[in-house]
Amino acid sequence: MTASMLLNDLGLIAPELILAGGAMALLMVGVFSKVDLQAARLVNTATMALFALAAAAAIWIAPDAPQTGFGGAFVLDALAVYAKAVIYVVGIAVLMLASKFLERERLAKFEYPVLVTLAVLGLSVMVSANDLIGLYLGLELSSLSLYILAAFNRDSLRASEAGLKYFVLGALSSGLLLYGSSLVYGFAGSTNFDAIATAAAADANVGLIFGLVFVISGLAFKISAAPFHMWTPDVYEGAPTPVVAFFATAPKLAAMALLARVLMEPFGPMVDEWRQVVMVLAVLSMGIGAFGALMQTNIKRLMGYSSIGNIGYMLVGLAAGTQAGVWAVLLYMTLYVFAVVGAFGVILSMRRSEGMVERIEDLSGLAKTRPGLGYAMTGLLFSIGGMPPLVGFFGKLAVFVAAVQAGLVPLVIIAALFSAVSMAYYIKIVRVMWFDEPKGEFLPAPAGVMAVTRIAGIATLALLPVVGFLFARVIQAGGALGG
Amino acid sequence: MLEIGLGHYLTLGAILFTIGVFGIFVNRKNVIILLMSIELILLAVNVNLVAFSASLGDLGGQVFAMFILTVAAAEAAVGLAILVVFFRNRGDIAVEGVNMMKG
Repeated sequence: MTASMLLNDLGLIAPELILAGGAMALLMVGVFSKVDLQAARLVNTATMALFALAAAAAIWIAPDAPQTGFGGAFVLDALAVYAKAVIYVVGIAVLMLASKFLERERLAKFEYPVLVTLAVLGLSVMVSANDLIGLYLGLELSSLSLYILAAFNRDSLRASEAGLKYFVLGALSSGLLLYGSSLVYGFAGSTNFDAIATAAAADANVGLIFGLVFVISGLAFKISAAPFHMWTPDVYEGAPTPVVAFFATAPKLAAMALLARVLMEPFGPMVDEWRQVVMVLAVLSMGIGAFGALMQTNIKRLMGYSSIGNIGYMLVGLAAGTQAGVWAVLLYMTLYVFAVVGAFGVILSMRRSEGMVERIEDLSGLAKTRPGLGYAMTGLLFSIGGMPPLVGFFGKLAVFVAAVQAGLVPLVIIAALFSAVSMAYYIKIVRVMWFDEPKGEFLPAPAGVMAVTRIAGIATLALLPVVGFLFARVIQAGGALGG
Repeated sequence: MLEIGLGHYLTLGAILFTIGVFGIFVNRKNVIILLMSIELILLAVNVNLVAFSASLGDLGGQVFAMFILTVAAAEAAVGLAILVVFFRNRGDIAVEGVNMMKG
């Protein structure tokens, strides 16, 4: 009886088991190989295979109805399976971007893919958490790996400063989250999400609301929603570019999925209490994202502000407090994440004979000197900004429609205005690429970076039919998909 | 005689937590103090959890506290490692010095 239950539980965490076992095995491979560079390449390739395997396992074991395991601490439902599959695919793309860059910068160490694997493992535990303890452990496993990755270029002052800032603010946010969790535990009487939902439905007392606000603040740090965004621009600028490409994608998606789960499941009955908080976060993030980015000259820093703004639009969908809202956010997040991976591919292609460059003016004339990159970057930026007819527009539209359905018309009007303001800086970059005089050509990018950039760039248009279909489903039957 | 109840423990936790948060934002001197403040926050949470656990008669909170202690040790190790790297590049660990990037 218990043995079969254990086997059943272990079956639910098959992707996580693959990642955890793989990470430890690859660590051994790295430690016992004689040649550093070869070990790094081998472990990198093996890690990509591991992610592919984990993605296949996640889809293979996807249950029809939500299933819980480990005494209700772990849940596998549509939301978790979807988020995991996207996270693993993004992991593969990010490793493809990283390998050649790290070799050139003399950073090719086998620890890099292993740390990415551990971070992805943490993210994967996060999106399946159904208990405050599981939530915290997943979050910390990913955060601790990300702190190290931020400071991975340990001879660079900027990278170590980025790592230090990220560590201090990240640890503070974990502290807020934990303090909130302790209050929720005390006033709900359990750490299990289902039990918390029951307690919240019975009596939404002030202690629970207090705890909820702290938990939201802690998670807002991880998705870099204003006013908890301070670390984002600095870490984006200072950390090595492939690491930033990872930061900007998978952890954001996982934290957003986790925030959606926390708000909708344990605190679903308290939607009127948390909607105010989420709306404030959304408006502040959109404002800071739109106006902060206008004056930036560094493209990585600009991507940081752009991510703050985009998180703001996603929070608009979350504020709707409906299943349609959650799925609209996930659709938006997915499109955003793939566009950002592509955009970082372009940033990683910005290499001249004297080294990497990362100012916006360095992109000038890109459309003439390297038309492929120029077209790709134009499509990606407009997709991130939400310009019709690119796919990003439909993500944003889905979020806005979900919010309007929930009666949040003023919020959507504010969001649309900020969206228009933020188009200004995307158009500015596009203008620099198409109409300014070229200032010297970039060196050819490695094949992996090229492939990721092209695929992501083409996807901004080619995915339109698929996204149109998903869009229709999210709008009509968001509830039917379950969460 | 004064009975020490849940309220007292929660007040202690809240005070420790506030000191920790203030330590992070007010401290202008030394990054080590930031690490100490982070530990203080985590310990404040543990006081809360154990107090709640005792008053609810539920072991979950104590298990949570054990996990937090373990993770806090890992977090301190990672934090100190990053601090050492920063010190090697910069030569000091004054909080005012953590300002290469602004804007």
